[in-house]
Amino acid sequence: MSEILENAVKGRFGEFGGQYIPETLMNEIHKLEAAYEHYKNDPEFVAELDKLNREYAGRPSLLYYASKMTRDLGGAKIYLKREDLNHTGSHKINNVLGQVLLAKKMGKTRVIAETGAGQHGVATATAAALMDMECEIFMGEEDTIRQSLNVYRMELLGAKVHAVKTGTKVLKDAVNEAMREWTSRVDDTLYVLGSVMGPHPFPTIVRDFQSVISKESRAQILEAEGKLPDVVIACVGGGSNAIGSFYEYIKDEEVKLIGCEAAGLGVDNPKNAATMANGSMGIFHGMKSLFCQDEYGQIAPVYSISAGLDYPGIGPEHAYLASIGRAQYVPITDEEAVRAFEYLSKTEGIIPAIESSHAVAHVMKIAPNMPKDSIIVCTISGRGDKDVAAIARYRGVEIYE
Amino acid sequence: MSRIGNAFNNKKAFIAFLTAGDPDYETSLANFKAVIEAGADLIEVGIPFSDPIAEGPVIQEADIRALSSGMTTDKVFQLVKDLRKDYDLPIVFMTYANPVYHYGADKFFKNASEAGADGIIIPDCPFEERGEFEDSAAKYGMDFISMIAPTSEDRIKTIAAQAKGFIYVVSSLGVTGVRSSITTDLDSIIKLIKEATDTPAAIGFGISTPEQAATMSKKADGVIVGSAMVRIVAQYGKEAPAKLSEYVKSIKNAV
Repeated sequence: MSEILENAVKGRFGEFGGQYIPETLMNEIHKLEAAYEHYKNDPEFVAELDKLNREYAGRPSLLYYASKMTRDLGGAKIYLKREDLNHTGSHKINNVLGQVLLAKKMGKTRVIAETGAGQHGVATATAAALMDMECEIFMGEEDTIRQSLNVYRMELLGAKVHAVKTGTKVLKDAVNEAMREWTSRVDDTLYVLGSVMGPHPFPTIVRDFQSVISKESRAQILEAEGKLPDVVIACVGGGSNAIGSFYEYIKDEEVKLIGCEAAGLGVDNPKNAATMANGSMGIFHGMKSLFCQDEYGQIAPVYSISAGLDYPGIGPEHAYLASIGRAQYVPITDEEAVRAFEYLSKTEGIIPAIESSHAVAHVMKIAPNMPKDSIIVCTISGRGDKDVAAIARYRGVEIYE
Repeated sequence: MSRIGNAFNNKKAFIAFLTAGDPDYETSLANFKAVIEAGADLIEVGIPFSDPIAEGPVIQEADIRALSSGMTTDKVFQLVKDLRKDYDLPIVFMTYANPVYHYGADKFFKNASEAGADGIIIPDCPFEERGEFEDSAAKYGMDFISMIAPTSEDRIKTIAAQAKGFIYVVSSLGVTGVRSSITTDLDSIIKLIKEATDTPAAIGFGISTPEQAATMSKKADGVIVGSAMVRIVAQYGKEAPAKLSEYVKSIKNAV
């Protein structure tokens, strides 16, 4: 598996990855790469980030043994990696603390970011408030409606939120708009990308900052059980919490890695966002990877109940892990995710984000058929408070936030 | 020298951009003809893309209109074939990496070349990634046109030295669209380009008025106008050909 690491250094994961962005951004992206290569080995930077992770974000996050769920499903022992307990309520803080600190070291005074569900936007606005950076967030207009609470939250943190009215008005369009904004102002601004996507070096930077999840969980499970898990499960949109959950286990070939993508109304229904199931090779948003698209390469409109997984592509390293068979990706429908959302709430008293519920749904499918001495580690990437009103509406209950 | 060179022979070139199929095939064909008849030296035919990240709102909307009318890459090739029945001026495509890559680069450039196109501009394919398309383009005699931006700095000479067809000099930061003023030090950029190559350089992004066109054409070998013309298409619909003709003549006189 050393080949995986080697390829990552060059910005390619097998044939996936690359730097497909306008010339205007090329010097800036090279500067970012050089700065990252320097600071990731700078003891002062590493210590500063570690301190922020511990004292501000609340790391390490718990690895919780879900005993009731384990008993109820009757198979594998289920451990939940509780990224929902981080400050700001999701794994997104891991990446933004790193990137905003890096921006600061680079002398930037302003950060911009895209957001889907609002978790990355909230995390970026939070880090910007903490580190005295100007902050502007781009969010699809449709998402500003279904996640209106998060819009206000970002504004409360001092960020300016732009509702993106172009295209399909969701996450993909928010990325388009953030990239356009970055080309108009590079000198003082870093685009803090929220997932393991986009042009090199973003997939590598975001992966490295998120890999704290598996660094911790690997040590925690060895401590608790004296052995590695059989399966690690996480939800996948662009794929940042999944790559973070997988990364330290890639070399442990006996550990099965499973990513759960959003199948919306079903992989055979046009309303889905299942890139691995339905996507094909393409070049978009700076990277060569798999995308949902038509025969002429027009990017397809995608759908999921989860604004955070509602993306027509997937990070290049995931496409690579799938291509070599190291990780497996499964589609989960809206209905399955909502049932998992309700199940975890009732069974363990943990309300997971609707994104994370896609991972929980797959645990519910496979755990009963696994031996009792086997272990699943499932990442709860975020908390579900933001989704309660939307799930109520899904179930036909009108709630006003 | 390719047909593209003809646009720059002993004159300043006026390069005109329109999105193919905006607002529909027939009107778009008439618009291109009007622009050519009015004196454009080279035309840039935009192959519409769902997510054009280098475009401002005007061209984004044109792409949506074109795609909604059923425009496809194959129909864009047909449009160029239709133009080639009457005209011999250089024609280049302008589109994004994905429509070319997903179509299959080899098949794309074969069909593009057979249709009669001379080159291609792909704003989301920088110098480092040109290997993705350059060889297939060259195989069918098409120039892969390079872009140089206000932020290119130390990259200018390297890019210019291997440039083919013409060099697209991006006038300003940001995306395409009309601008009231252009503040980039273009003279220094053009000077560096000229030290590295004889390939002509044309300035685009933000040029809309005859005055701007006149100023820019003094600095470089040509000027590129896009959004200002697309705006006319959006405003006048079926009446656009006459308005475009008037507009092109005003720019042509200025350069």
